[in-house]
Amino acid sequence: MANQLSPQKLEQLKAKAQWVWNQTLLLHKRAPETRVASSLSDVETFVCLYYGDLLQYDPKNPRWEGRDRFVISKGHGSISMYPILADCGFFPLEELERICTAGSFLGGIPDPIIPGYETINGSLGHGLGVASGMALGQKNKGDDRDVLVLVGDGELSEGSNWEAIMFAAHHGLDNLTLIIDDNGIGMLDLSVNILNWTPIKAKLDTFGWEVFEVDGHDIEQLHPTLAQAKSQRKGKPKVVIAKTIKGRGTSIENHPLSHILMVKADEVDRLVDQDGALQWG
Amino acid sequence: MGLEKKTMRDALLDGIYQKMKEDKKIFFLTADFGAPVLDKIRAEFPKRCINVSIAEQNLINVATGLALEGYTVFAYAIAPFITMRCYEQVRVNLAILSEIRELNVNLIGVGAGFSYDMSGPTHQAFEDLAIMRLLPNVEVFCPAEWNTAAALLDHALASKKPKYFRFDSKPQPGLYEGPVPLKTGFAELKKGQGTCLIATGYPVHVALKAAAQLSSEGNEVGVVDFFGLKTFDPDALAALMGRYRQIISLEETFVGKGGLDSLLLYFANERGIPVKIKVLGVPENYRFEIASRDELHEQRGMGLSQILAAARR
Repeated sequence: MANQLSPQKLEQLKAKAQWVWNQTLLLHKRAPETRVASSLSDVETFVCLYYGDLLQYDPKNPRWEGRDRFVISKGHGSISMYPILADCGFFPLEELERICTAGSFLGGIPDPIIPGYETINGSLGHGLGVASGMALGQKNKGDDRDVLVLVGDGELSEGSNWEAIMFAAHHGLDNLTLIIDDNGIGMLDLSVNILNWTPIKAKLDTFGWEVFEVDGHDIEQLHPTLAQAKSQRKGKPKVVIAKTIKGRGTSIENHPLSHILMVKADEVDRLVDQDGALQWG
Repeated sequence: MGLEKKTMRDALLDGIYQKMKEDKKIFFLTADFGAPVLDKIRAEFPKRCINVSIAEQNLINVATGLALEGYTVFAYAIAPFITMRCYEQVRVNLAILSEIRELNVNLIGVGAGFSYDMSGPTHQAFEDLAIMRLLPNVEVFCPAEWNTAAALLDHALASKKPKYFRFDSKPQPGLYEGPVPLKTGFAELKKGQGTCLIATGYPVHVALKAAAQLSSEGNEVGVVDFFGLKTFDPDALAALMGRYRQIISLEETFVGKGGLDSLLLYFANERGIPVKIKVLGVPENYRFEIASRDELHEQRGMGLSQILAAARR
């Protein structure tokens, strides 16, 4: 595949993913109300985008006109963005210590007061439509900047997503890349038991999207797939279906109720060691 | 400006059409809902006039995305659908997000109150005024006639906030030959003594009829066209209300549920204005009778005869 990562870059991204995984669990220990399982399935996606030179951004000027737009629709499941944004310089790392305490802007569900967040998140089914409007606006300006949007698989039950899916295809928004964090679990059960929308690949293909499928935890595959999807301009919107594991590496991994389960503090202490060594996989 | 009959949507859309010629940062979105002037806009600006189809949730979301990219957006649909089908999109992406981001999205809802008189409760809007007024950061305008609708254009471009324009579907006669007092938010069309009819939307015309009838009986009641329900001048309203002994509110919305009547009652209480307030509006139920608008008003207890009775008491 084109855009193959160098061995050095691959190792660097893996190390970052490990650090983000650790930090996400530490954030959850500080703020147990955070949705940790959902925030662990998209770690590698965030790492590839922010550390893998896939996203144009300026931490000192988060609204820089030349940035790529990244909309995070599955707000609850993006606590793993907090350490990344801090590490990239959007805000001080010390802010991570203050999560969900009075005066901090880091809440259990991220709001756009956090530098680096484009839109309001957490109420599901909004991000893709808003991102489609941004992509249309970019096209109209002639800038053609990329607009990326992260949606959870459970969120696909929201009908507004399908309005947007048809809209983006009809208008040929090929500067729009949808990433589906397909961890296969909703709030109360496996997604297929709640409302079986499979096969998602065939559906999106039929709806006129360019579809990519990839293991969302395998950075060696994920990074080039995201790179290819993002850069492709063939008159169709693109979607990367990232197959992921909810709660990866913890005792609630793949549990049907993992969305609402917590990882207890003593487990975090066992999993995240002092030198940040990889404890899973 | 003028007194002839015209639809509010044509008055505003004509202005939008002219502005779109010079301002390339204007988008017009419709949820597959038309108007004669819209045909011109669609033909001349195909890239900036988008029919999102019958998909109001996406209408709001796409409008939000465009506004985040710096565009002024007009979004157009039937009143109950552009407010209630997509209320959470309006709340989250327009009302909440505009606390942080500048979002100039102008929602044009056609079909205020009973204006689709033959279409029944799905197409009639008695809740929209209250629920849109409820949202922080969202301006609400409910004009009675087309000069006001036309005057909203400059405000729409200048005020970088979400707005809801509640328009009648039918042509109504103009009420203004001079400038519309948009900043005041209301206009005292007829000064009176004792009683003032304060109406919003189409009932302003009914109020004028009632006032003319009462005038022939020697009872001079005031008539106010209240169109700017979030952006009115509070001192001017307090002064107006203070000049009357009794106020009768008139609106095609559910009575006592957060519309004009609630605004006036709360305002009078807050300001300590010693005025009696009677409220006339739509009783809290859905009805399926087919009848003309004025007949529907009578059936629901807010018609001309009921206004006259209330003013005579």
